[in-house]
Formats: sequence, C-alpha cells, structure tokens
Amino acid sequence: MKRRRVIGLAGAGAVAAAAAGAVAWRAEGGEPAATPAPDRISFWGERQAGIITPAQDRLHFVAFDVITKDRAALVDMLESWTAAAARMTQGQEAGTLGAVGGLREAPPEDTGEALGLPAADLTLTIGFGPSLFDARFGLRDRKPAALADLPKFPGDTIDPAISGGDLCVQACANDPQVAVHAVRNLARIGMGVVSVRWSQLGFGRTSSTSTAQATPRNLFGFKDGTANLKAEETTLLDDHLWVRAGDGPDWMTGGSYLVTRKIRMLIETWDRTSLLEQETIVGRDKGEGAPLSGHGEFDEPDFAVRGDDGEPLIAPIAHVRLAHPTQNNGARLLRRGYNFVDGSDGLGRLDAGLFFISYQRDPHRQFVPVQTRLARQDEMNEYIRHVSSGLFACPPGLPAADDFWGRSLFA
Amino acid sequence: MRTPRLIALVAATAAAVPLAACGGNDSGSDAASSDKIAVDASDTECRVATAESAAGTTTFTIANKGNKVTEFYVYAPGDRVMGEIENIAPGLSRELIVELAAGTYETACKPGMIGKGIRNAFQVSGSAAPLTEDAKLAQATKDYQRYVKSQTGALIDKTTEFVNAVKAGDIEKSKALFPIARTYWERIEPVAESFGDLDPKIDAREADLEAGQEWTGFHKIEKGLWVAKDVSKSGPTADQLLVDVKTIVDKANTVTLSPVQLANGSKGLLDEVATGKITGEEDTFSHTDLWDFAANVEGSQAAIAALRPALEEKDAALVKTLDERFAAVEAALEKHRDGDGWKLHNTLSQADLKTLSDEINALSEPISKVAALVAGK
Repeated sequence: MKRRRVIGLAGAGAVAAAAAGAVAWRAEGGEPAATPAPDRISFWGERQAGIITPAQDRLHFVAFDVITKDRAALVDMLESWTAAAARMTQGQEAGTLGAVGGLREAPPEDTGEALGLPAADLTLTIGFGPSLFDARFGLRDRKPAALADLPKFPGDTIDPAISGGDLCVQACANDPQVAVHAVRNLARIGMGVVSVRWSQLGFGRTSSTSTAQATPRNLFGFKDGTANLKAEETTLLDDHLWVRAGDGPDWMTGGSYLVTRKIRMLIETWDRTSLLEQETIVGRDKGEGAPLSGHGEFDEPDFAVRGDDGEPLIAPIAHVRLAHPTQNNGARLLRRGYNFVDGSDGLGRLDAGLFFISYQRDPHRQFVPVQTRLARQDEMNEYIRHVSSGLFACPPGLPAADDFWGRSLFA
Repeated sequence: MRTPRLIALVAATAAAVPLAACGGNDSGSDAASSDKIAVDASDTECRVATAESAAGTTTFTIANKGNKVTEFYVYAPGDRVMGEIENIAPGLSRELIVELAAGTYETACKPGMIGKGIRNAFQVSGSAAPLTEDAKLAQATKDYQRYVKSQTGALIDKTTEFVNAVKAGDIEKSKALFPIARTYWERIEPVAESFGDLDPKIDAREADLEAGQEWTGFHKIEKGLWVAKDVSKSGPTADQLLVDVKTIVDKANTVTLSPVQLANGSKGLLDEVATGKITGEEDTFSHTDLWDFAANVEGSQAAIAALRPALEEKDAALVKTLDERFAAVEAALEKHRDGDGWKLHNTLSQADLKTLSDEINALSEPISKVAALVAGK
C-alpha cells in the first residue's frame, strides 16, 4: 500500500490526501512534486523548510554570535552556509570533496559522521536575532518592529548565556546524527566569523504540524500541540504564521518569527502529583487528550460548561484555557517544540523539559500575550522554569541556488 | 604536555644540520666575513651602526646598556625570524651571526622581551638568485631550525636559573621564573614532544600519570611552590629537570623538520592552546597558563613565518588570512597582559576565555590547510 501526500505550500488549493507515509514537499504552487525522494525535503522554495514541514523526531538547535566586524566576511559565510545546507539537506556531504575525497594532508572537508546515513528529512532553517541589528553591520534601519526584545515575564529565570544570539539555525531530522552533523559542519564553516553561543538537542517532537501526524506527548506525559496550527490550514497560516507585505520590512515578507523557550520541567514533583491534579492543571485528560469538557482529543474545549458542583469543568487556571485562542484575542501559534533531557542535575533530578519552539507572524501580538497570561496564572508554573529565551526573524525561503541566506537582508 | 600523539614531528632519520647561523655565541665567530655591526641596545633605543650590508654572512654585536633583559632579532618581511638572540642580560654583549640574501629586513631590540620591539630597517644588497620553490621549502626548514636553536639556548639558561632558585629555597624567585622558563619550552613543544619519554619526564601533569608512575618535572615543582609552599625536598627533582632539559635540547638541535612537519607543528601548537591552556589544565596550581598560551602562539607563528616565502607563492590569500588572524589572537591576548607577564588564568571570566577560544579557532581552521599546501598538492 502506497500512501502519499503532496502539499502545496503556497496556498492555492492545497490537497490533503490520504494519511501519513512518505511526504513529498514542494515549495511553490499547487502542483504535485514530480518524483520526490522519500526522505528529502526540498531546500529551495517560497518558504523555508522546517516550519510547516511535518515535524521530524529530532532537533539540534544552535544560536551563534557574530564575532567578526567585517560585513563582507559575514555575507560570504552565509553564502557558504547556504551551499552546504543545500547539499546536506539532500543527503550529501557538506563540501564537494567530502569526508574522504580530499587530500590526505588536509583535514577532511566534511566531518564524516553522516556517511552512509540517509537525508532523514533534514531541514535547516535560519533566523536572525535582534542583536544582529545593532551598529556593527549597518542593519539598524532594517530591523522589523516585531523583532523587539521579548519582555521579562513574571517568574522568568532566564540564563543569558543560553539565550539570544545574532543568528540561529534550527536543524531537524529523523536521525539525531544527521542533525548534529549539519550543525557541526555549519559551525566549522563559520569559524572566525561566528561562534556558537548555545545549542540544544531535542528528541520526541512535542507538536504536530500536519494533520497527518498523531499528537505526541511531552515529558509531563500529556499530549501536546493538539490545537496547533497545521500545514493544511492555509488560511489560518496566512493570518497567523506568515509575515505579509506591509507588516514590516520587505525582506521578511513571506517569512515568520521564531520564539524559543527552554522550559525545565520539575519532573520529580510532577510525578508525585495526583492524576486528578495533573489533569486539572492541564485541562485535558491524560489518556485521550480530550478537553475536560468533552470526550475526544479534537473536541473544541467548552470553557463555559460546569460540573455538578457548579465549577467549570475546565478550571480557570487550566493551561488549555489560558493558552486557548479564544482567551487571547484569537492569537494562534505554530508550535514545533521538542523534549530534552540534558542528563541529570547533580541532585539526582532529571535535567529535562520542553524546548518550546513557536513560529508566528508577530510574536508581540501572539506569543507575548499568551505567555503573559500563562506566566501570571498558569498553575503549571509550579512545575516548570523558563531558563532560556530566543527570538529570531526567519526570512522567506530561497527560490533557487542563485540566492543565499540573508541576501535580501544585506542587500 | 599532551598525551602521546601519532604524528611525530621529527623525521625518523634525523640528521645533524650544520648551521651557518647560530644564535647565542658569546665569543667570536668562525663564519663572519664582513665587519661586525655594533648594536647599542637600551631600554628605549636600538642603535644599529649601519642600516645595510652585503649579501652573505652578517654579524651583529649587541651590547645591552639598559636595565632590562633584552633580545635582538633580524626579521624578513612578515616577521620571519632570520636570526635572534634571546635573553641578553643588562651589561652583557652577545653576537648574532646571520646569513642574509639580498632584500629588505628589519632589526629589532626587545627590552623586557615583550612586544614588537624597537625596529629599524636593514637593507641587504647583492646578487643572490631568488629561491626556487623547493629551495624555499628547504630554506624554511633551515630557518625553523635556527629558531629552535635560539629557543633551546634560552630554555637551558632560564631552566638553570629556575633550578638554582628552587634549590636555594627562594620560593618567590622560583615562582617568578617558572612561567618564563616554560615559555621557551612551550614555543618548541612539538619538537620536544617527539622525543618519546623525555617529554613526560619534563612536563607531565599530575593528572596524566599512570598508577605507579613517578612524577618529575616542571609541574611537580609547581605544586611544591604553589600548594605545599615548600621546595626544601625538591632539589633532586630540580636537578633531574635540568638534566632532562639539556638532553632534549641536544636531541632537538640534531633534527631537521620537513616542511609538512613544520606545518603540522604550527597547527599542533594551537591545538595545545585550545585543549590545555584555554581550560587552565596546563598550570593548574600556578594558573600561569597564559604564558604558555602566548608561547604556543609564538611558536606556531615562527613555524608559519619559516614557511612564508613558499606559502606566499602557493596561496597569498591564505597568508593574508593567517596574518590577520594571528594579529587578532595577539590583540585578544594583549588585553590580559599584566606588566611583563600575563594575568592568571583563574582571574579571567568565562566570556574572556570564550573570546580567546573563538580567536584560536578562527586561526586554527586556515592553519589546518597549510600542510596540504606545502606537501605540494
């Protein structure tokens, strides 16, 4: 049985055919891709891959500081990155000589750990952080208003050393080694121009970005991302995900803004919380993921309905209520987070949680109001700590190989 | 010291190289044909009697009339060291014999042995034919050999002073000399490391030892000086250190490094910085890692400088990049200067160390391309 689905990204009558299976990706128009390779996501297209691409299983996210003052060197590196990214996403080595094809006296061009591995649906998505738009590269007047720093939210315990950054690359793949390989080679190409500021590995996607995907669970054991924006919802995507002409500077039209939050979960205390309390905090039942007002996962939560005791079935402090679009002027996010476990913390506790990723058209109209509500009222705050924060502008995709990351920004 | 590596820098059939120009001779020369050029060095001046000479062997007589220990260098373009005399104490006179082809050079006195020195132009006229590519590579190995020779001379001098201070029980003086003696060691460490078990005897860190292995060398004395604050029983260790240093110096001066080995050595020294000095693992008791850091970088630069004429022919853009990035490393390190020396590693912030690490990475990537270039590929 061969089930295949072709999704036109650009709107124009996207076809949602059968169910999962190999997903062919095509960036423009509504026509099906001709003969897509089974595990390769096209690097070229109207949109950057890695946003509404069905969420892969693994993440390596990396933020860089630019350490050169030489604008031309930075642009040159972005060109080199683009070429390497275009190759690696198609399952090729970072450079044409590769890991073993070069001179024996020279260090190999590619680091080699992905030799023999498939492309594994690798996507590489670039973003530009607020700090890039300072005096160094003459980009001050190209900074979008949407890239204004996020506010400090109540209860934030943000560590600046693992937050922010001038550039970011989100590497997602279905094989962790493929994602790590990509980031490692980009970091190496960038030596002397950029320096890794922080990075994060993630596993087990915590959101679905396509209706073809089952809703996964986060480390609290609950389904996460049931009400996520999905690739098939093209009208909603145009309203909530993609930056429109006139929203800000032209170079971001067709792009999207990326928010990252590393959310440490206090796993051990959560685990000894009663099922009743866990479900009350989340507002959904743990088994099915249904809102406490309904029966099925995808039933719309009804915040008005009350139980026999007269109390709302979905508590006023429930996460699902506080985060819901109806409670936030319709604000919606495309979430794309991953679970993380960074070993243990020296006190025997799991150093674990959710690496939250969301894409949106304007973080200050979408992420910020939602997170403000959550930070003030969410009962879940007793079990989580926000320890890192990032905001990046992800430009539109590159139509073809004569373009490169950042060209329109630096033009 | 680092753990044993696969790449020995020294050719298996190491042969003695007769050196036309040897630094460090205190007495007259057997090679000089032209008149000696007097150099009056003070703490603020460097007066070279003449600014030109004929191609061939030139002898400089450097008189240190200042109050600081000084050094004298002859540089070819790009700061390629054609000859140098280290460690000229106040009141002393030393000679430098150097063989120079026609071209433009610079002389430099370095009072206090830091910085770029007080420089003067020096013109050599004559009819020396330009070197062929192979000859340039051959010249590179000779130039580097001369560098090793100058460093090993100073290494013995300063280790002797250090050992004497330790045996005299003068802890403060010993502490002051420890990083200085090590500077000469660290500049040529890839050469020294090629002599198998001598390197660990001189430079093993406590953490490197195998169970039952006897600990000797610099770092054992370092622990005595900084932790026990007692070196009354360190005499035998100190004596052994000097014996081992002298043995390794004898060996180092009998080998010739191939151009590829030079290139790998320049990279190896930066790898030493990246893995041992940035982290503070080298001098874990004294925290004088930045002395070793600076010395490793200088040694790496000396190897590249020796290869420079050949590299410029093969890839001038790479040479330019290396110049810029060496300068960037120096500038980043210079922020941590403290008097004639360096700040202690444990006083640098994580951000300081990251900046240094970034600059070393930025330099090491292009340097890793040099070996393939000089291999003629």
